[in-house]
Amino acid sequence: MSDKEWPLYEVFIRSKSGLSHRHAGSIHAADDQMALDAARDTYTRRNEGVSIWVVRSSQIVASDPAETAAFFEPAEDKIYRHPTFYDMPDGVENL
Amino acid sequence: MYTQGLDQKDKPAGTPQGAETPGQVEAFQDRIDAEDKIEAKDWMPEAYRRTLIRQISQHAHSEIIGMQPEGNWLTRAPTLKRKAILLAKIQDEAGHGLYLYSAAETLGVSRAQMVTDLLSGKAKYSSIFNYPALTWADIGAIGWLVDGAAIMNQIPLCRCSYGPYSRAMIRICKEESFHQRQGFDILVALCNGTDEQKAMAQDALDRWWWPSLMMFGPSDNESKHSAQSMAWKIKRFTNDELRQKFIDVTVPQAEFLGLKVPDDELEFDEKTGHYRHGEIDWQEFLDVLAGNGPCNRQRMAKRRKAHEDGAWVREAARVYAEKHAAKDAA
Repeated sequence: MSDKEWPLYEVFIRSKSGLSHRHAGSIHAADDQMALDAARDTYTRRNEGVSIWVVRSSQIVASDPAETAAFFEPAEDKIYRHPTFYDMPDGVENL
Repeated sequence: MYTQGLDQKDKPAGTPQGAETPGQVEAFQDRIDAEDKIEAKDWMPEAYRRTLIRQISQHAHSEIIGMQPEGNWLTRAPTLKRKAILLAKIQDEAGHGLYLYSAAETLGVSRAQMVTDLLSGKAKYSSIFNYPALTWADIGAIGWLVDGAAIMNQIPLCRCSYGPYSRAMIRICKEESFHQRQGFDILVALCNGTDEQKAMAQDALDRWWWPSLMMFGPSDNESKHSAQSMAWKIKRFTNDELRQKFIDVTVPQAEFLGLKVPDDELEFDEKTGHYRHGEIDWQEFLDVLAGNGPCNRQRMAKRRKAHEDGAWVREAARVYAEKHAAKDAA
């Protein structure tokens, strides 16, 4: 009998309506339904969620940590994107 | 549950790796010193990775084996309420094992490899689980003392420098305090019961006290990897510091129960504000670690059997999934 490992799934949980799903951890499962059931049993034993997403880890495309600086560099020198960049004249309100 | 200083079995940390330059190692240490968290795919020294894999997987194994002493009492819990509580606690231990296995997997070790290492006896688990749970009072003592000691160990791990481990520990710690309280609650009931019940509670404390102190691992002058783990901020306090904290908070709880801690040298030191305690029998610790505790063989045999007995289920689920994937593709 083969003991090949089940695929890895990443688990994302919405803790309550109005909030985004957030990464909770991962689990192994043979198929999608089992992944959902296992994610529920593993990560929401105390009502931590109202919705679960599971996705095969192999399907996630991620940025490369070694390239972090270069990858995010374009945003580095654009401080004028922040409201704090602008000095407002005294006496001007509601701006 | 868990942890203990099992780290003394490792090969010397810091085996030189051709690919590691002093600049990389220094930049890594700077990140650690700045309290930056290290994430799964970040560059890290090989020794850091190996230390974490060993520690996190041992921690996971401990959670899994730790279900056995308690499982022993599931069908004999005194009331339906106690049984439901114990069942929930054991299910948590399985959950904790799973959080930790998935944290370890982010370091590049496979789940299958970790399971193989546990079953072959190559990997260790906390030796506290090689002691038997002989009476119902032991279930109380395990929750109170073993989970109590684990909490002492685990709270600083929530601030560990490795992100996935730290996040798993935060989740575990949230659940762990239920474990300790349910244990204490069992002992409160026994200590308020008949003389025979109270004697049962005392007997459990007598047997679990010293092994619980050993859970913090060898004393600081014997613990080889403490300094490196502290520098990497995997560990935040030494074994002896945590053991002392545990004794300081636990002795008054024993007094509340009206139980006597089985240490004739135990004495409160007014000057330091800490309890002084008697010498720990480190030979016993080493013997249990070496595989000669009361239940080592039984625990491993049961784990192996459970794994083998589940083989057909894993196989069936895999075949079912493959069949449906093929059908969906068609």
